[in-house]
Amino acid sequence: MIRIENIHKSFDDVQVLKGMDFEFDAGKTNLIIGRSGAGKTVLLKILVGLFKPTDGKVWYDTRDFFDLSKEDLRALRMEVGMLFQGNALFDSMTVAENVRFPLDMFSKMTLKEKNHRVNECLERVQLNGSNDKYPSEISGGMQKRVGIARAIVYKPKYLFCDEPNSGLDPKTSITIDDLIKEITEADNITTVINTHDMNSVMEIGENICFLDKGKIVWKGNRHEVMTSENENLNSFIFASPFLQRLKAKAKK
Amino acid sequence: MKSLFIHLGRYVMWHKNIYKKTGNFSMFYKEVVRQVYDIGVGSLLIVFIISIFIGAVTAQQMYYQLTGTSIPAYYIGYIVRDMAIIELAATFTCLVLAGKVGSNLAAEIGGMRQKEHIDAMEIMGVNTASYLVLPKIIGGLIAIPILVFIAAIVNIAGGYLASVPTGLFTNFDYVKGLRSFFNEYNVLMMFVKSVVFAYIIITVSCYQGYFVKGGNIELGQASTRAVVYSCVLVLVSDYVVAILLTTG
Repeated sequence: MIRIENIHKSFDDVQVLKGMDFEFDAGKTNLIIGRSGAGKTVLLKILVGLFKPTDGKVWYDTRDFFDLSKEDLRALRMEVGMLFQGNALFDSMTVAENVRFPLDMFSKMTLKEKNHRVNECLERVQLNGSNDKYPSEISGGMQKRVGIARAIVYKPKYLFCDEPNSGLDPKTSITIDDLIKEITEADNITTVINTHDMNSVMEIGENICFLDKGKIVWKGNRHEVMTSENENLNSFIFASPFLQRLKAKAKK
Repeated sequence: MKSLFIHLGRYVMWHKNIYKKTGNFSMFYKEVVRQVYDIGVGSLLIVFIISIFIGAVTAQQMYYQLTGTSIPAYYIGYIVRDMAIIELAATFTCLVLAGKVGSNLAAEIGGMRQKEHIDAMEIMGVNTASYLVLPKIIGGLIAIPILVFIAAIVNIAGGYLASVPTGLFTNFDYVKGLRSFFNEYNVLMMFVKSVVFAYIIITVSCYQGYFVKGGNIELGQASTRAVVYSCVLVLVSDYVVAILLTTG
């Protein structure tokens, strides 16, 4: 579980986050949704420690993230995996080397053990046999899956995904969503996903916070989204005519 | 002026992270070897071409300046040698490397920043300043002095090729000049300069890439700044090192 308390963040005079409280549950896919510029990425970067909040606390279970000693922080880092919007795969490394990178840096496993773990992860994301390919030689969807394999190679307790569906076709997006959900439930991971994708909201949104102008203005799950009376949320979620019709149908 | 102090402060503070312990030693070692190869072998041809012509021009110009004076012909070999060792090999080579290696390093690290590679490593717990920059510093400190040493030899050979086969003066005069008034301290000075210049080129260029913000235009600007600042600082430090090593 990750809990944020009264998170504020300013850049110079611009206040981006204006006091946020939320709990991201373990074993669930927790979604941060909102319009562009609402503060989703800043919140995600605060959660993973790339930005420090101007005020407020981030709790990883019982650990105050920004008050940890260097040793404890390093230990916590080992429990965190992240899938980036652009995948952040190292171009000069093969798929297997990319996935093995965190193990190479910190693990005391033998090369054989590391390779075994890499193969396990690649198999889990259905990429067995792609070990020796370079990121430039595989599709965008496959790159995402390599990113997921790298994020889970250290068996994380917390998984963060920044726009996991961006740039993917609808079918591949569903595959990626399903994969993230399956991993989250099977390994009881606290997964936090930052997304614009309405399909993800409807399919895997078990615990959702909706951001608007630096504040959380709605909390709920995918079922509650359909029946919510929050105008702000509705104008965001049901922006397309197709979804408006779907909602009208659901109300009936 | 305020911006200058901000960058200076950040550059100094950044060094604290560079020299902190990083992850696995074998990964670090592999990266150092790659850098020595990239900077050293990758720059060998350009250093060779530039050095041979610098040596040739020096000999030609000395011949032009000293012909008709009472200064003995063999002094030309002596002047070419000392100019190469004391000044030209280190300074010219490092100015060229500031362009070639500096822009490359700024673009490489800046590209990693933009593609979120650095963020990814930091989330994994990697000390990115140390993992990305320290191998480049060590690689540069090994490769660049060797390149400068090679440049000095090629400089002298260039002077020979431009003057003896063309009949400006004899083999005997040039070789006699090379053997005259040799001072080992000048070689030490050349190596001190090359180490100082190498450190400046690598750290200034990596700094520009590491802290780049924005898109491709900013990355291009960072690469340009890496080259310009490295060149200016190489020339300033050349003067400072010359004062420190030649006075008192």
